Amino acid sequence: MRRSGRLSLRRRQDMDTPDSGGMTPLGRKTAETGINITSTTGYSRGLTFIRTHTLFGQSPTRRIIPQTSLLQENADPQKIAFLLRKQWTLYSVTPMYKFSYGNLKEYSRLLSAFVAAEKQKGLAVEVGNDFGIKVTLSTLLGLKGTDQDQVAILVQIASRSQLPFENAEDKVVWSGWFCCISGDDLLESVPEDFTCLSLFLANGAESYTAIVGSWFQKTFDCYFSRLTISPLNLAWMAAMWTGCKVDSHMAATELVFSVPCIPQSLDISYAIHPEDAKALWDTVQKTPGEVTQEEVNLFMDCLYSHFHRHFKIHLSATRLVKVSTSIASAHCDGNIKILHSKHLIGVLTLLTELAISQIQ
Amino acid sequence: TLPSWETEGMHQRGMAKNPKQAFQVHRSSLSAWQIEERTAGLKTADLKSAQKHERGKQQSASVQAGNSTQDHLEQALTYFERIKDYIPLKKNEVLQKHLTTVESIALQRGLSPEGLDVLLNVALSGHLVNTRILKCLIPASVIAESSVVSAVSRLCVGKCSSSTQLLFLRWLIAMFDFIDHKEKLHALYGFFFCSLQDEKLCPYVCHLLYLLTRRESVSIGFSLLFLFFQGMQPHLQALLSLYKLFCPELVSITLPAKMKTYFKNSESLWKAAINTIRRRNQGTSPTSQQLILGTGHPQSRKRKWNTQLILPACSTDTKNPTRSKEINHADILSHSESFPVEQLHTFSQLLQNIHRLEFPSQMGSVLRNSLLLHYINCVKDESIYLRLYYWMGQTLQEECTWYKLDNQQYEEEFKDFLDIVYKTECFLQKGFSSCEEFLYKSLPLWDGFCCRSQILRLVSWIPLSSFSAFRHSSTMYIIHCFLSLLQCSVLESLKELLQNWLNWHVIQLDMESDPKISPLNTTLSGLVNSVAELIHFVGWIATVALRLENNATFLLYFILDFYETVCDVYLKYNLPLLVMPPPGVFYSALLSMDAVSLNQLCYIMYRYRTNLVAAKENELIKKTILQFKFSSQTYQEYNQYIMAMVGCLWTSSAFQKDIHPQGIRLDPEVLKKTKVQEVRNSFNIVHHPALMGYAILFLQQAWPEDKTLNFNLIKGRRWNWYLEYLYVQGLQGLKLFIESSINRVSQVSQTKSGNAQV
Repeated sequence: MRRSGRLSLRRRQDMDTPDSGGMTPLGRKTAETGINITSTTGYSRGLTFIRTHTLFGQSPTRRIIPQTSLLQENADPQKIAFLLRKQWTLYSVTPMYKFSYGNLKEYSRLLSAFVAAEKQKGLAVEVGNDFGIKVTLSTLLGLKGTDQDQVAILVQIASRSQLPFENAEDKVVWSGWFCCISGDDLLESVPEDFTCLSLFLANGAESYTAIVGSWFQKTFDCYFSRLTISPLNLAWMAAMWTGCKVDSHMAATELVFSVPCIPQSLDISYAIHPEDAKALWDTVQKTPGEVTQEEVNLFMDCLYSHFHRHFKIHLSATRLVKVSTSIASAHCDGNIKILHSKHLIGVLTLLTELAISQIQ
Repeated sequence: TLPSWETEGMHQRGMAKNPKQAFQVHRSSLSAWQIEERTAGLKTADLKSAQKHERGKQQSASVQAGNSTQDHLEQALTYFERIKDYIPLKKNEVLQKHLTTVESIALQRGLSPEGLDVLLNVALSGHLVNTRILKCLIPASVIAESSVVSAVSRLCVGKCSSSTQLLFLRWLIAMFDFIDHKEKLHALYGFFFCSLQDEKLCPYVCHLLYLLTRRESVSIGFSLLFLFFQGMQPHLQALLSLYKLFCPELVSITLPAKMKTYFKNSESLWKAAINTIRRRNQGTSPTSQQLILGTGHPQSRKRKWNTQLILPACSTDTKNPTRSKEINHADILSHSESFPVEQLHTFSQLLQNIHRLEFPSQMGSVLRNSLLLHYINCVKDESIYLRLYYWMGQTLQEECTWYKLDNQQYEEEFKDFLDIVYKTECFLQKGFSSCEEFLYKSLPLWDGFCCRSQILRLVSWIPLSSFSAFRHSSTMYIIHCFLSLLQCSVLESLKELLQNWLNWHVIQLDMESDPKISPLNTTLSGLVNSVAELIHFVGWIATVALRLENNATFLLYFILDFYETVCDVYLKYNLPLLVMPPPGVFYSALLSMDAVSLNQLCYIMYRYRTNLVAAKENELIKKTILQFKFSSQTYQEYNQYIMAMVGCLWTSSAFQKDIHPQGIRLDPEVLKKTKVQEVRNSFNIVHHPALMGYAILFLQQAWPEDKTLNFNLIKGRRWNWYLEYLYVQGLQGLKLFIESSINRVSQVSQTKSGNAQV
């Protein structure tokens, strides 16, 4: 408890001290290719970049809402639809060393064998789909924020149908995808040997996530960590997603707060009619296409005071654990569900930013 | 003290007639020691000096006991070695006895490779129609490959029964990981393969082949396998699936999807004994590094994998099989085959294969491999550090015990990890940037206790360029540490930090003299500024700490220790920088009640003088405009201090001559008001509180009959005697200071500090 108290104090500090210069979340790293690494005992760090930032949990005070939030033309609608309306668990991934898009087929084979081997507890390993398990790595085209972004990758584990029919379809038992939307800052700082796909989303049994993750870690020398979402960032999501236009049916904006009580914690659910929430946000937001920390704070404070007027409860003293809107829903444990393909890129941009700040 | 037998053993060794004999004597005494130690370990508590006599007896008894077990085993082994013909077991008491000895020792401690060799030969010779020996062949450490090969050759002779053959195969499978090399065993692949014909042996041979199979083996195996392939027995199927994995183009047969078990359990007979030995050898066995999957810790819901802090095992990079195939073709022409890191064990191997070495697939594994660390040191590849950077940064962040609540139970593991990181930094003589960032990020949340020594040691490898960033981010932490009585440790690690920077600078200077290497991006002025910033920072916290701790002697020792490095920066490290200690430190040491601190201060001031004099001489000689000159302020500060010191130790004019603004100069009027008699004499080498104890001892020794302790007796010639007395007492710093900074030619009472000024 002592610990969480201290953390919340930090958050408060972050809120109170806006960083005037911070438009981009990540200190842009300058490339210094001139460093000579022959010095065997030097302090030259061998890294061709210098970072100039940030403590835990610091986040930018201003975010731009991406203008080109539509998917690129070459996107496969079927695959994109597959990504929507599913609960994804979030991970951050450090840049992968010597990953090659040309070898996806080979990787599929190796990963299939690895999954089979792990499932068989290390006994015989098998290539192909003979073990009732088939892993496929494929590209997710069109899922890009900028042209520099690396192509997203979809990994699927299918169990072979037990039915004897020819056309019996394989059943997908687990899927995960890597992407990096508008991750230019990271991309510019790493050499060509590395592939930046910093955000990983998994759906399915965690044992499969563990196997696939282990394989990637072993093969490409990367590191997977769970990506949790701080209450501060959840508030950002609440504000940014409330402001988005949705053509079709709008679901209520719902915020879930957690009150640490003994013996069981108490959850408070606060649902707002989407149009009311949008109206409130429109009065708060000053510049279209841009959101600032002050605006987010003001938006949340308005909601808090409204709630206090009716229920005499200070929500600001509780912990925001979940946000759901018509665009997407997010839980602080690091789970997300995206509902609208139109806003897919926007949501992923924010998540990529969070993932990158975790690995830097 | 060494146990008596050890010296005895040495003595015997010296007396021995030939080297071989000497070696044997020494070895037996060593094994006796091991046993002795084990028994002594249980009893250390009650072994006191009063029981010395008793102890001698006990010791010899236990040595005897240990010797006798060892003797029994050796006797048994000699006995088995001599068996040349069939021996029945029944009614053979000697054989029974030796068998029992071997069994009991093997199950308790395991057997040496030599012992295993003897017993394996006997077991498969066909002279003993009994499988008891095979059942107790437990290795204490490893099994020599040669023993296995000769055992296999005995199988070919066909003298042993099929049940013995079967048992031997099971033993071989169970002990596979204990065999020290497997190259020759691989050469026997074809032989084992032929044994597949034997219906009884087939399942076990399959299992063995499964363990032995490598990509190269497949071509030998696959075509033959079909001869035996009947009815899809699980063991054959397993082997075939492995072939299919290695060479999918050769095996076109489709294998059934689900199969639970492939091989019969071979380990069961030896399992308990193997586990005992594994436990004993724990940590050294590479097989203990397993992938931890799925089994989440009950208390940490969110971390179901990557749960344990395990350094990745060293394994060859296999991510591009297509590429390696290409290389295989190229091999024929160029011999450019890469050397697998798993086979790298010695430094000479490293030297021989350095041109064809590849880094392991996970860079984190180099932390435990000093050979690869050597290799890192001479390879120009930024990806090495980048891979390490990401891996280490994430590991530190994920495992940090005070950042994540779930991690608290893993503190020991985290400590070990930090230790390894620190050792690697020392080895490479450079700090990891991921580690530095971790310190910035996590120190503000640190409680000051968890993994304290590890954290403070890591601080000493913070790179120079980023110290000011560190300072800004960790002011809270410094204050926290000082409130929680960590001053000495912090000072120690900051001293090491300073020394690391200075060493780095010296090496840079060496390298710059080599014109081939371009100078590094850190300029000299940048370095001077950073070092000065560190020294000023330490001066500041030292002042605060001394005030908080009422000038504690122990703390003062660490502070002065730091300044012992600072005062010699110019001469020892060739860095044009001298920073005087702040008055808070200087006066604390000067007016200390403790002779050690005063002596230390004298030494430091002597070194400052030497450095300043050398700097001035260099300026005069070169006459060129040097880029860096000590400012006149440094000289001025030094002179002020030296006047205060001379006044305090020599001229008894501490209250008059001190001109430092924060010094102890007092108005004569004020002094009068104190009504202290002989104010003038309060501070000199006789009356200084730190030295008065010596003065009293000196008086007592010089005039034993005089009980009045008349300090005024120490004058003139006696003053010099007293000085000699102090030097003999070990106050060498004082000696150096007085001899360098005080002009003894003029009258003692009129000594001027003028000469002390530089």
